[in-house]
Amino acid sequence: MSLINTAPEMALTTRVDDLLNWTRKSSLWYMMFGLACCAIEMMQTGGPRADLERFGMAPRATPRVSDVIIVSGTLTLKMALRTKLLYDQMPEPKYAISMGSCANCGGLFQLAYSVCDGVDRVIPVDVYVPGCPPRPEALTEGLIKLQEKIAQERWLVRKAEPVGVRA
Amino acid sequence: MAMDAAGLHARLREKFGDVVGPLEGSGRNASATVAPARIAEVGEFLKTDPALRFDCLSNLSGVDYPKQGHIQIVYHLFSYLHRHAFVLRVNAPRDNPQVATVSSVWSHADWQEREAFDLLGVTFEGHPDLRRILMPEDWPGHPLRKDFVEPESYHGIPTSRESLLKA
Amino acid sequence: MLYQFVNVFVFFLYAIILCALMLGLGALLRPSNPQPSKLSTYECGEPPSGPAWINFNIRFYLVALVFVIFDVELAFVYPVVAVFKDWVTKGQGAFAFLELGLFLAILMIGLVYVWAKGDLEWLKRIPVEKPHPGEPVRRAA
Repeated sequence: MSLINTAPEMALTTRVDDLLNWTRKSSLWYMMFGLACCAIEMMQTGGPRADLERFGMAPRATPRVSDVIIVSGTLTLKMALRTKLLYDQMPEPKYAISMGSCANCGGLFQLAYSVCDGVDRVIPVDVYVPGCPPRPEALTEGLIKLQEKIAQERWLVRKAEPVGVRA
Repeated sequence: MAMDAAGLHARLREKFGDVVGPLEGSGRNASATVAPARIAEVGEFLKTDPALRFDCLSNLSGVDYPKQGHIQIVYHLFSYLHRHAFVLRVNAPRDNPQVATVSSVWSHADWQEREAFDLLGVTFEGHPDLRRILMPEDWPGHPLRKDFVEPESYHGIPTSRESLLKA
Repeated sequence: MLYQFVNVFVFFLYAIILCALMLGLGALLRPSNPQPSKLSTYECGEPPSGPAWINFNIRFYLVALVFVIFDVELAFVYPVVAVFKDWVTKGQGAFAFLELGLFLAILMIGLVYVWAKGDLEWLKRIPVEKPHPGEPVRRAA
């Protein structure tokens, strides 16, 4: 029933895409996936000083209702399997932000036996936010970059490679 | 009331004789080695004897000595009643480390022994629930042994990452 | 008077059209990509285990029972209240009031019984035996 990936290319579809992208980026509900110290900074980014609510972003606890998963903190191999399942259980359109060194590449604990070297080993990541931990301003910039990325997506027009379908 | 290390050791020796080894170290590090199969009885005596009353097992840790060919379990004991402390050591052979459990004496030992089993491979006879506590259930090997080799991948996730500093 | 039913009907129609519009537009404009892992039951990341139907707390049954009794009582009170004014103009207001009061009083006895029996407590207190003099008090080891 979906019109996604069906329409021919024309000016109207671009306008509709712009409208849809604007609605999606203006209300990115993020799933709090706080694993370690970056979680504190993520909480503070949602706090009063560096407010995320003004961008329409609200913290959610389950993947079923969230648009973006912010993986903040060290990902162990034990947790990586669960992270994959949780990312799979998010409905599309979904995005992933890797916050902090540990989620980007294993960070300080890259050589440890139990650490998964970066969350992009298990899920496709859209925005990497470097830092240990990144300041709330840095995470906010990462989310704004994600908004800019969303603004350029084209969903309606028929393409060989469907956009937004994450493997 | 509070007995010093020599007095504690003498009391242990008079009850158990050769099962308890000579006093090593001094002050806070004063310790005695106990045979692995008899540690439960020694623990029971230490907890219930009115002059000793070691009601708190502060810590149970394992040390791997590959050159000496044994894994040592170290018990740090403390008495809240008499305010004295003591350390017990147990040497288990490295190829088949088996130690009697003290979880029936001090219930804190339950999870601490699970940790020693998980990370060093020491089996505790008589333990009610000996299974891995930190590593995933299907992890191969015991990570804190000195001869532990990290597996190449875990469930398809590679465990090492190329250093970005290489050209 | 019949005309006012059309009012309700139009509201009903609006509700249906609005919901259909919102849900329909969503179905048209959202991507649909069902995957087996996406459709699996959510259990905080763990593969789901155990049945979905589990035993529920029996106290809910008790609360529901008490609620049903007194809710039905309330439902009986409403029609009396609706026509009370007519009874007052007929001069029999006191009679109606006393009859309603008698009805409520009988059910109030039921409420007092349920209250005194402790059926309204969520956590029931179990009486603890006092230790006999001379016996050591049992403490957790």
